[in-house]
Amino acid sequence: MTLPNPAELIRQMAGRLTQHLAQRHIQAPRFIGIRTGGVWVTEALLAELGRHEGFGTLDVSFYRDDFSQNGLHPQVRPSALPFEVEGQHLVLVDDVLMSGRTIRAALNELFDYGRPASVTLVCLLDLNAAELPIRPDVVGATLSLAPDERVKLLGPSPLLLERQALATSL
Amino acid sequence: MTPLDAKRPLQLNDQGQLRHFLSLDGLPRELLTEILDTADSFLEVGARAVKKVPLLRGKTVCNVFFENSTRTRTTFELAAQRLSADVISLNVSTSSTSKGETLFDTLRNLEAMAADMFVVRHGESGAAHFIAEQVCPQVAVINGGDGRHAHPTQGMLDMLTIRRHKGGFENLSVAIVGDILHSRVARSNMLALRALGCPDIRVIAPKTLLPVGVEQYGVTVHTDLAQGLKDVDVVIMLRLQRERMAGGLLPSEGEFYRLFGLTTQRLALAKPDAIVMHPGPINRGVEIESAVADGAHSVILNQVTYGIAVRMAVLSMAMSGQAAQRQIEQENAQ
Repeated sequence: MTLPNPAELIRQMAGRLTQHLAQRHIQAPRFIGIRTGGVWVTEALLAELGRHEGFGTLDVSFYRDDFSQNGLHPQVRPSALPFEVEGQHLVLVDDVLMSGRTIRAALNELFDYGRPASVTLVCLLDLNAAELPIRPDVVGATLSLAPDERVKLLGPSPLLLERQALATSL
Repeated sequence: MTPLDAKRPLQLNDQGQLRHFLSLDGLPRELLTEILDTADSFLEVGARAVKKVPLLRGKTVCNVFFENSTRTRTTFELAAQRLSADVISLNVSTSSTSKGETLFDTLRNLEAMAADMFVVRHGESGAAHFIAEQVCPQVAVINGGDGRHAHPTQGMLDMLTIRRHKGGFENLSVAIVGDILHSRVARSNMLALRALGCPDIRVIAPKTLLPVGVEQYGVTVHTDLAQGLKDVDVVIMLRLQRERMAGGLLPSEGEFYRLFGLTTQRLALAKPDAIVMHPGPINRGVEIESAVADGAHSVILNQVTYGIAVRMAVLSMAMSGQAAQRQIEQENAQ
């Protein structure tokens, strides 16, 4: 099975997102990308939508649920939201949705900034492996991997999906 | 003092991550940079409406202060609380009991409280190091200042201050002025500046307030303030520690101020965009003029803000390093 081309997926996602927002009468939402892949997808998505606006970036390292096992991510960067979250319609963007734990952490972090009016979840890929009740509102493609496989987004330009074999853990 | 090489394994886990934070001695530049980068991220958290992250939820941080402190203790408390840890602060009075007995007694109590981390301040050099060796290995020990030896979180918050205001260390001239002899802050700063690649570190003090062999820190020594301040980018003033002075090291505070006090006039010898730092508490009219302490060059209050972020970084990194070490040991046992 070959992996889809991210540029093509983003074109389709732009259309679906426009439709999704229109159905809900959401106008002028603000975009937030989850570092680092989600930031690249946000950039590409906004370009596809013809919108030239600043967007937020989230680093969820301080909100992860695996600190006790895995510790702190060594390359943590500051989150930056150049707008008010309170009362705002938000579009949260990530590259690959797997367990849903990153999205859980991102939602917790967002709510520490304020109470958004709504959050729409956009993902490039859904790997059908949710461990939490979290599903994307707009998705580029859904695919199922073998247990020892992972997909990684390479970028930022051009965007490329790469299949990786998981190193056998000790 | 313990030799350099013996200190390294105690502070780091098998993967080279921080597990105690006792001294900046022997820590590699990459690790210091990682602390500063992580602190930068925590600084952003401190600017939010909710200044708290759930990283250390369910962990207990115990502040054990054998020596008085307001700023250091409260900023450590705030740092732990902003990481969602539970915090206990013990002010252990330094009574007539000898150092060894007092420490051992306190340790037994703290172990019984199942603390995950101790922040220790002690009047004796080497106390934090001693505790890190003696308590159960799962407890992270953070040095909040030990005697004349080290104050590594102050050192790192000073480095964060310099990096945020000057952008880096590569082309800087930094002067450390005043009571070098009694200052653990000066020692930590000299080590950190050198490790981070600062090419020109100067210490400026009267001969009686200079430790013997201070040149081995890679610094140049000045006994004349005007000469030492010439064209520096950063001036770090130190508090005159009268409480630690045993004999007649100084004729009077007045004379010290006349010769080594930082006044507006003397600050003009430094670069026009120089910053003035001070670990606090400041003694106005003893080592620094009020007009300088409150002036445009002063970043003294910024240092306090940065101090919380640096302590959040060190607490979470040490807790993280302890967790990683436990995993390594579990895997090795299997």
